[in-house]
Amino acid sequence: MKTPKELYYTESHEWVKVEDGFAYIGITDYAQDSLGEIVFVELPEENEQVNQFEEFAAIESVKAASDLNSPVSGVIVAVNEELDDNPELLNEDPYENWIIKVELEDETELNKLMNAEEYKEHCE
Amino acid sequence: MKKTVLHDNHVKLGAKMVEFAGYHMPISYTSITEEHMAVRDRAGVFDVSHMGEIVIIGEKATDFVDYVFTNNVRSMTANQVLYGMFCEADGGVVDDLLVYKINDEHYYLVVNASNIDKDLTWLHKNNRFGVDIIDQSDATSEIAVQGPFAESMLQKATDYDLSTLRFFTFDDMVVYDHDVMVSRTGYTGEDGVEIYGSHEAIKDIFERLLADNERLTPCGLGCRDTLRFEVALPLYGNELSHDITPIMAGYGFAVSFDKGDFIGKDVLKKQKDDKPSRRVVGLEMVDKGILRHGYAVYSGERQVGHITTGYIAPTTGESVAMALVDRAHAKKGNELEVAIRKRRVKVKVRNKKFYDKNTKQ
Repeated sequence: MKTPKELYYTESHEWVKVEDGFAYIGITDYAQDSLGEIVFVELPEENEQVNQFEEFAAIESVKAASDLNSPVSGVIVAVNEELDDNPELLNEDPYENWIIKVELEDETELNKLMNAEEYKEHCE
Repeated sequence: MKKTVLHDNHVKLGAKMVEFAGYHMPISYTSITEEHMAVRDRAGVFDVSHMGEIVIIGEKATDFVDYVFTNNVRSMTANQVLYGMFCEADGGVVDDLLVYKINDEHYYLVVNASNIDKDLTWLHKNNRFGVDIIDQSDATSEIAVQGPFAESMLQKATDYDLSTLRFFTFDDMVVYDHDVMVSRTGYTGEDGVEIYGSHEAIKDIFERLLADNERLTPCGLGCRDTLRFEVALPLYGNELSHDITPIMAGYGFAVSFDKGDFIGKDVLKKQKDDKPSRRVVGLEMVDKGILRHGYAVYSGERQVGHITTGYIAPTTGESVAMALVDRAHAKKGNELEVAIRKRRVKVKVRNKKFYDKNTKQ
């Protein structure tokens, strides 16, 4: 299972990467593996507000639907629309394929997330 | 949690395991879609040892089974299999099952794992014929081999001429040196067999079938559900339940009114004559998303039903579902809405057979 060092992680298996005040958010390798084949992603709209640890999208595998929770708060500035037609990208490379890009509101929220080491332990 | 005799095989094969009906069962080994397509295109083997097996023995065994079962048991010949239901007096379904006729005084019932205890209680309660009701579930293992290559793969393991084993019949035979019972039945819409035997026999047959047939794919419960769904076979708890009678669900072919009294007959007959108030229909997605079991179906602001099973059908790629809806809204082509989380999506009523069966009729 891959857990890149430069990312922060939630207990509900989302990751966030912070770059120039923006947060890129996706699901972890562990999440895609336990969900199995992802066949649909219900994406939010741009300009919607998301709040830390609250639902922002839903992801559907063959078998079931699961909610995604945002690791940070902020306004959505971009949505990865490629996932509309190719949801399986999340299985193929969950870290390369972010789901939403958020304008980071409060950097201190990152303190409430796990680093790679802590997340690895959490998954065991 | 209970384990089947194949539990260690599943783990070794790398299966994702889940709890199902009190058993630790494989949901899939690689992916649900791959396993699904393996059964449609080649062949797959399923561990279905969790299923219940109940033996009915007695002078009045035929009278008894005919009384508790919706289909016509008196019309059966030996070595025939018949599908049908146990119903309550109000027509609600206790379970759906296969009845195997060994002879007039001996029947073998294959029931859903989650309903074994309920079925046994109900059978005993209705046993006014003095038959013996014997639960053999814990002593029996079962595998299903399903798909267009199932017959040829099994043929290599037995001297029995499988081309003579017709759809919905069964026989005793020797498979890889083991005495087992094999029926030409299944829950996938493909040709195939189900094999019943002792734990040791089934474990050895499972291992040797996989070793001898490179193109045989181990398949989990995940694709078992998508396969049966595509060909509109019901799942107890979804399309059939205490609240959904066989007539509502559209499985009237499994309810025979040309026979003597059976439990639920009057209500089911009336429902058939008057047409049921609700019906199980097919739905196809007009918008985007996946319809899941339990989602509410609307006509305008009024809830008119719920989704019983829904998937993106792996064979066709369509987002489709079966749903129980009020009869007024059950007409093909009718547009309805379904609530998915915070959204409302448009759906259209259609035939619930999303894919044509390839069984040997």
